Amino acid sequence: MKRVNAVVIGAGAAGGIVAKELATAGLSVVLLERGKWYTASDCRKDDLRNQRTTLLGNAFGPPDEGNPRVWVDGKGVSHIALPSEGDYQNNATCVGGGTLSYGAQAWRYLPQDFRMRSTYGLPAGSSLEDWPISYDDLEPFYVKAEHEIGVSGDDSATPFRGPRSRDLPMPALPQTREFEVLEPAARRLGLHPINIPMARNSIPYNGRGPCMRCRWCCGFACEVDAKNGSQNTVIPIALASGNCEMRTECMVKEILMDDRGRARGASYYDGDGRLQEQLSDIVVVSACAIESARLLLNSKSRLFPAGIGNRYDQVGRNLQGHHYTGAVGYFDFETYDDIGPGANIAITDYNHGTPGLCGGGMLANEFIRLPIHSLDRLPTGTPRWGFGHKRAMRNYHKRTIVVIGPTQQIPTEHARVTVDTSVKDKWGLPVARLQGNCHPHTFAIGDVQAERAAAWLREAGAIDTSLMTSRPEVRPEVIEASQHQAGTCRMGNDPRSSVVNRDCQIHDVDNVFVIDSSVHVTNGGFNPALTIMSVAFFASHSLVQNWKGTGFRS
Amino acid sequence: MGANRKTTAMSRRTFLEMTAVAGAALATGCASGKRGNWEFFTEDEASTLTAICDQILPADDFPSASQAGVLNYIDKQITRHYRRHQRAYRQGLVRASQLSQQHCGKTLAAASSAEQLRVVTSLEQSDKIFFDLVRSHTFEGYYGSPRHGGNRNAVSWHMLGLDEPPIRGRSRYDLKKGTPS
Repeated sequence: MKRVNAVVIGAGAAGGIVAKELATAGLSVVLLERGKWYTASDCRKDDLRNQRTTLLGNAFGPPDEGNPRVWVDGKGVSHIALPSEGDYQNNATCVGGGTLSYGAQAWRYLPQDFRMRSTYGLPAGSSLEDWPISYDDLEPFYVKAEHEIGVSGDDSATPFRGPRSRDLPMPALPQTREFEVLEPAARRLGLHPINIPMARNSIPYNGRGPCMRCRWCCGFACEVDAKNGSQNTVIPIALASGNCEMRTECMVKEILMDDRGRARGASYYDGDGRLQEQLSDIVVVSACAIESARLLLNSKSRLFPAGIGNRYDQVGRNLQGHHYTGAVGYFDFETYDDIGPGANIAITDYNHGTPGLCGGGMLANEFIRLPIHSLDRLPTGTPRWGFGHKRAMRNYHKRTIVVIGPTQQIPTEHARVTVDTSVKDKWGLPVARLQGNCHPHTFAIGDVQAERAAAWLREAGAIDTSLMTSRPEVRPEVIEASQHQAGTCRMGNDPRSSVVNRDCQIHDVDNVFVIDSSVHVTNGGFNPALTIMSVAFFASHSLVQNWKGTGFRS
Repeated sequence: MGANRKTTAMSRRTFLEMTAVAGAALATGCASGKRGNWEFFTEDEASTLTAICDQILPADDFPSASQAGVLNYIDKQITRHYRRHQRAYRQGLVRASQLSQQHCGKTLAAASSAEQLRVVTSLEQSDKIFFDLVRSHTFEGYYGSPRHGGNRNAVSWHMLGLDEPPIRGRSRYDLKKGTPS
């Protein structure tokens, strides 16, 4: 196989951008993806089998067969989790990764989100830290992501946002009924509701049409291809450059190292199960936080017996996602119009600045509500089954608003990914083993956020509310990571407490990069996709700047 | 339009009730362990499960679980994605039958609705894991997409006032003006 400049592992939010940036800068690229390339025609609008409700399986991978993980409960007992089970902490494995089936909220983190330790100090027992890059460093790349991927929305009504050097390229979609109910209530409470920035066409953009407003966004592929992910933006550009070849259904086994401690490529199992080697000048790992850590840990060699980048036992630590809490409001009038994109009003007033609390999170109305989602979201005191439950479904399914948000998790080094050599996947590779939870302070913040959501709903006219909180005491489980998983290959200046430098380059292997949510030092109180994308543009920019023939400018 | 939909649902319910009665008549004529129309369940198991499901989702102005095809859903999925629950059903239904014999001296299917309610309430206490499994699957079969074998004719979606097929939004959106109509 012909040697190339770069192997990029994972065609998701970050990998697609890296492939496009490198290929259009003239580097030869092979983009490896373990999953398939779905199209809009694979959108099946299946309420029980999609990427969010996985009762009957994942729509966009991985399949339950042959892809186990191990998770360790609060008592230290190991369990096997299948991809369609919550404890697996799954993210889609397909071209586009999570961006094929995400809800597409396209948030910028706030300036304080990059300086959490400076802002709040170090909660005892946490691993809270500042990013080595600032909001200002990333701002031009947020702009690039917003314009190249395509974002609509309008956040001009809130002071709780970072400065923008350029407006969003598309106006907001019209409001939903929930927006009309929630917006004046938020204003009465002195809050600053906005129309959520979304990676979704509100007008024709990038050669594709606008959203038809069916609301089947989060968990589903878009039927009319109006939702923007890497699969319908940057990856086609990468391929059209003539410098990038994408190989799907290829599972990377390990990063190959030479005797001098530099990477020489990657080995992978192709769609027919044959082991292949792709030699390259550099290797970029963009497999998402859990699988990127797993790959580095599984890439053991003479000079790196504990895996690549793991000299100081840092790979896999600080696993984080978001702690979701909120409230359900019950109304005596219909609030649910079933018009997309679902979530479209949010407040960012509570992301920071609450005395005694370290951070917070955005609060927004919920995406699509299918009957299957209402079953356990009925008023407190509703019978669990029987006539009463059926009646409550009729009364409240369309008279309910859910306000919910991603509370920023305070990371710990004990929440981590390791590999379990006693459990193998279908290729015989040791699987990821997940254990530990975020800092307890996170749950205190989450509880306050839930109360705030309930207060907003009551102000909007809810006759009753119930809180949506989950505590580790109730069910000792592994950290909530799944689609928002991050943190396992921390970006930092000190090689002893981080895995990559500010350019996403492994500290002691200069031709291996980790470019995805793994490098997030903290994960903001927002859906992370746009930040993953902007970091990918930022890191690709540095890489291209420092590229010299078959290596780097030293 | 809403009134029309309701009329359709009502007449469909009458039809469903008739087919359910026919099914029950078939079930009572079968000996223990005999296989009937199901891929996985024996007729005895199916009749016990029907009784449990219909307590979880009883008929009111709208069909019960079994009338809406919930058993068909469970029977279909248990040979597919839910294969891992086969043993739980096999054993759980035996325990439910025993519980019914203890409480009222007859099979659950033969018990009156009030007796069934007592047995199923007791089952929820004594056999929570199995009961919760059946509860989840009953709800999935009733409220989930008809494509999976339940929610016959989308009865639950009509009950909730939802459009069917569920390609909503587009039908209420003026693509020319770009606003909800």
